[in-house]
Amino acid sequence: MIDFITTYAPQLIVAGLKYTIPLALISFAFALVFAGFVGVFRSYDPQVTGFKKVLWFILNNLLAFYVWAFRSTPMLVQLFVVFYGLPKLGIEWLQPSAWVAAIAVLSLNSGAYASEAIRAAISSIPGTQREAAQALGMTEGQTFTRIILPQAARVSIPTLANSFISLIKDTSLASTVTIVEMFYLSQQMAAVTFEPLQMYLLVAAIYAIFVTILSIPQRYIQRWADRFVK
Amino acid sequence: MLKLEHVNKIYKEHQALNDINVTFNPNETTVIVGPSGSGKSTLLRSLNLLEHPENGMYTLDDRTIDYSKPVSKDTLLWIRHKTGMVFQQPRMFDHLTVMGNMIEAPVHVLKQSKAEAIEHGHELLQAVGLDDTADRYPYQLSGGQTQRIAIARALAMHPDYLLLDEPTSALDPEIEAQILRILKRLAEKHESMIIVTHNMEFAKNAADRMLFLEDGAIDFDGTPDEFFNHPTERIDRFLNAYKI
Ligand SMILES: Nc1ncnc2c1ncn2[C@@H]1O[C@H](COP(=O)(O)OP(=O)(O)OP(=O)(O)O)[C@@H](O)[C@H]1O
Ligand SMILES: [Mg+2]
Repeated sequence: MIDFITTYAPQLIVAGLKYTIPLALISFAFALVFAGFVGVFRSYDPQVTGFKKVLWFILNNLLAFYVWAFRSTPMLVQLFVVFYGLPKLGIEWLQPSAWVAAIAVLSLNSGAYASEAIRAAISSIPGTQREAAQALGMTEGQTFTRIILPQAARVSIPTLANSFISLIKDTSLASTVTIVEMFYLSQQMAAVTFEPLQMYLLVAAIYAIFVTILSIPQRYIQRWADRFVK
Repeated sequence: MLKLEHVNKIYKEHQALNDINVTFNPNETTVIVGPSGSGKSTLLRSLNLLEHPENGMYTLDDRTIDYSKPVSKDTLLWIRHKTGMVFQQPRMFDHLTVMGNMIEAPVHVLKQSKAEAIEHGHELLQAVGLDDTADRYPYQLSGGQTQRIAIARALAMHPDYLLLDEPTSALDPEIEAQILRILKRLAEKHESMIIVTHNMEFAKNAADRMLFLEDGAIDFDGTPDEFFNHPTERIDRFLNAYKI
């Protein structure tokens, strides 16, 4: 058993450090950008009229469609559409490499969920906070960025942390688009060693360790964000 | 000078303000009283446009707006800047310290320097006896302390008119007296204030002018002496309801 671990764990960990973790971190960074934009845009009523209102309405619905589409379909299917499907359109710039496909799908998918977390957090801040800011003469924009968002950010942390954990594990799907990340490697090695139980338990343990370590910052971020609540 | 002419506010089928005509003089304390649901909060909130009546005219200094038309952003912000509001339930910005609350609008609305705003913030906190709480977060304050800071925060904007909507009704009598003394001091300094309150003792002592609201209409507009010593039959009944 010990032998098994010392033989195979290092290779798996290296694959994890080279593929799983970078995939997760890069995708989550993009996911946060998408989620921030979509979540804020869909929460914000710009109180404009005319042409701007039409533009806002269209974009708002496009974003709603994006969130709906990614939340209503399996990520595995999304990955296949992007990696195996899109190239068949024959458009020159639409031939994503495995990495681009994986990062695009992981981040768009995670971003769709996270945007809902951000939207929920924003709407959880009571309207009285907004009124208080406006009564002090702050503009809609100032009220939103300086009063609502900082409080909403705190509320959204636990849900975003959950999204991040899911994302780390979901990187294993990249194995289906030829990326030899941790799980793909474990499959290959299981086939050679004829020890699927031990091999998959080992890779499961390594995922668990990665997730645990990567979750540590959450505690500190949460503690910092909770400084203004009981 | 702050003036309302023929102002009506209608919620669905209910008329919360019914042809309000009133002028609030500067450097005076106007106390608004009236039964629950008579439209006191609605009237006050219409003065800083947190509420938007259906029609009527609103004049503040040299600007007049027609409530039945949309208000320009510029005018809206100008009115909010000229009026300060203290709510019944204190509304601190929970993510900012007491000093953060004090300087938020002076720095970002009035564009004061941070140092200047902080210095002024300390002065105002001293005036309400709470300078030692400057570094605390709102959750570390009592209700009474929070309300005193809310008053200081509104004053930090140097509003021409300070609007207060039952600022003490969520507090116990001792704390209430403490806050009303602060407001009385402001009244004596001829700060322009419009206060909705159920505290008749305060009205008697601090008001330059009394308004009595009923069913969204102004039923009395006159001096405290008239109001308390020569009440109409309706006001007499209202005042008697406060006697135990
Ligand atoms: N958002 C709203 N929607 C519908 N009706 C409302 C709304 N706000 C207030 N009203 C109604 O308008 C009337 C006036 O309300 P307002 O809050 O101004 O009364 P008030 O004099 O401040 O009462 P209180 O002393 O209880 O605070 C009430 O009948 C109330 O039910
Ligand atoms: Mg009220």
